[in-house]
Amino acid sequence: MTTTTPSGQGVQPQGPQSQGPQPQGVSLGMPQLPAPDYPDDVRARLEADAREVVARYPDSRSALLPLLHLVQSEEGHVTRTGQRFCAEVLGLTTAEVTAVATFYSMYRRRPGGDYQVGVCTNTLCAVMGGDAIFEALQEHLGVGNGETTDDGKVTLEHIECNAACDFAPVVMVNWEFFDNQTVQSAKGLVDDLRAGARVEPTRGAPLCTFKDTSRILAGFPDERPGAVEAGGTAGHASLTGLRLAKGEAGPARVVHPRGSGTPAAAGTPAASGDSRDGSPHDPSPTEHLSSHDAPQDTAASDPDHPAGPAAEEGE
Amino acid sequence: MTVSTQYGDTSRPGAGGGNDPGNSSGNGSGNSPEKLLSPVLSAFWDEDRSWSLDVYRRHDGYEGLRKAFAMSPDDLIAYVKESGLRGRGGAGFPTGMKWQFIPQGDGKPHYLVVNADESEPGTCKDIPLLFANPHSLIEGIVIACYAIRSSHAFIYLRGEVVPVLRRLHEAVREAYEAGYLGENILGSGLDLQLTVHAGAGAYICGEETALLDSLEGRRGQPRLRPPFPAVAGLYACPTVVNNVESIASVPAILHQGKEWFRSMGSEKSPGFTLYSLSGHVTSPGQYEAPLGITLRQLLDMSGGIRAGHRLKFWTPGGSSTPMFTDEHLDVPLDYEGVGAAGSMLGTKALQCFDETTCVVRAVTRWTEFYAHESCGKCTPCREGTYWLVQLLRDIEAGKGVMSDLDKLNDIADNINGKSFCALGDGAASPIFSSLKYFREEYEEHITGRGCPFDPARSTAWADQDKHTEVNA
Repeated sequence: MTTTTPSGQGVQPQGPQSQGPQPQGVSLGMPQLPAPDYPDDVRARLEADAREVVARYPDSRSALLPLLHLVQSEEGHVTRTGQRFCAEVLGLTTAEVTAVATFYSMYRRRPGGDYQVGVCTNTLCAVMGGDAIFEALQEHLGVGNGETTDDGKVTLEHIECNAACDFAPVVMVNWEFFDNQTVQSAKGLVDDLRAGARVEPTRGAPLCTFKDTSRILAGFPDERPGAVEAGGTAGHASLTGLRLAKGEAGPARVVHPRGSGTPAAAGTPAASGDSRDGSPHDPSPTEHLSSHDAPQDTAASDPDHPAGPAAEEGE
Repeated sequence: MTVSTQYGDTSRPGAGGGNDPGNSSGNGSGNSPEKLLSPVLSAFWDEDRSWSLDVYRRHDGYEGLRKAFAMSPDDLIAYVKESGLRGRGGAGFPTGMKWQFIPQGDGKPHYLVVNADESEPGTCKDIPLLFANPHSLIEGIVIACYAIRSSHAFIYLRGEVVPVLRRLHEAVREAYEAGYLGENILGSGLDLQLTVHAGAGAYICGEETALLDSLEGRRGQPRLRPPFPAVAGLYACPTVVNNVESIASVPAILHQGKEWFRSMGSEKSPGFTLYSLSGHVTSPGQYEAPLGITLRQLLDMSGGIRAGHRLKFWTPGGSSTPMFTDEHLDVPLDYEGVGAAGSMLGTKALQCFDETTCVVRAVTRWTEFYAHESCGKCTPCREGTYWLVQLLRDIEAGKGVMSDLDKLNDIADNINGKSFCALGDGAASPIFSSLKYFREEYEEHITGRGCPFDPARSTAWADQDKHTEVNA
């Protein structure tokens, strides 16, 4: 396990209760309640933001999803402290908030990197090369699904269909589109991210950190100059039909590579029928990508959480 | 050599020509893209800053709204009904009828919720639409809210598309500034607040009642119907939930007229729509055309299946719609045509797979997706998708037995139609249809003790590598 806690991301333990030694007796793995507070200045700032979020809705509870994005923008993942904050702002129990936070896949339940790198491995992208990209990145970065590199830069995961199938295979970084990826381009991408180079997606604005992205998701517009314009008007595939309709691109022709005649003549089994190579293909465990369906730790049960595992409430 | 020979049966009438005279979408003669396509929503995506209010206005933006305001709300609902516009999110329910179901004079607030949670595998039309032309949606929202007497609308956008969220934020800001949102819009007396709401990653929230629960700040789990959202939707108030493309199509109908709209497509499936071509094709992308165009026509105009390969199977409307094969190249892609051929038009997500693709692998992966995304509320879906995955993984790995195939069918049958929402039905679709068309391939995995396909041949770069070697 190579997950790291980027320094300064977590809420630091406060007071003897949260940093104390392991409690005596039998630990049930339950966190000590209540969760630690935010520092006063952080709380004041978040409360002002939260008021703005709540004001968008006729019923305050509707603000819960954006507020979870907001607390994620503060700490990089949804902590117990963040959940308690949401509960207090909305008049809910922490259990109600936890129930929601654990339902949605965009809420991190443990610390992650500055860049969330998601490789689409739903059927179409997987077949077009997403599986190969995901496998190569795991090897290249030395991390598995949902894990973070030692430098705290990149969290790798496989993702479901991201509505960009005409740009397959697709990789998302902090939910920006990197279209038509290859194994090489994806490796270069994560290398650049780790080196701190400026990285621009195929469509969209130059990357910001995971925390900054979470703030946009909470409904606070990206204030960076030029961010809305960046990335052009539409991707090339989005314009394919329009260009044909305007007669700007002649009907596409199938062009065979020079000197190879038809692929069938070149001996490609694909053209003459099935592309069987005779040897059974044994799917590797990494091809069974939904093994993350197993229950995940919640922030509250994370033994690495700053508040630490503790005995039951009121211990 | 022409491309039409690349994807199967050339003896079929219409092959290569793509202009089946019996096809109601024929719409004139010839098969040139200029005649077969009809860009409306996508008409100016290639223009600089197409997403901005300035450019939208240059293309008659917000003119439909003025025409709508000249009508009474009831007349407006009738007009949209008469246009024949049907939902573009999958089910194809008539949009005007949905609006008409909202009880008027009931003293309750009414809400419009736009479903922008585009997550169905293969579906990729609303995201480019919102990226390049968000004002068409905002204008449609104002028109719809005037019709159903709503003063608060929501756009529920899936969270995983930040560039689109950025442009929606900007478009809403522009619309407020220009007086298309806010109080007394264009002097009509309509007050309207529009909230952009980003989801947090859950396919199920594309289901309308799960979406409403999610928008209320809860886990996204579908509700039992009735009551339908039109009676008790958001906050138990009358609510219209419409897909992005449905609402975005309304301004053009108002501006150019319902007769113009009905001049495209067929009697029961009128109008234009976005078809999304993806996978092993020469030119993947968005193709806006009258309803009823065929996959053969789309492939003919766009270069066909990738060079040297042929079509094996495809989905007409995302992974939840039963798959088709090269037998179905001439099926008119409208609600009735696809339905009559045993599938559903769905979201018009045409995912094409060539002969290098293992159908067992494809179905296994889709099934893993459904198992992952099942919300867990209904037992048949939650448990059934889990067991389907176990069986499929075994079969793909060569560890299956013949009786597993009947068991797959049986489990899918016990999911289909037996849950609150359509996610379970969607999970059963690829199982049923792949066993129908490709049972032999499943059997080969069992008798051959493994998958006979090489996944490297299916990748986007497979032939590129080969060509490099040849030419080097």
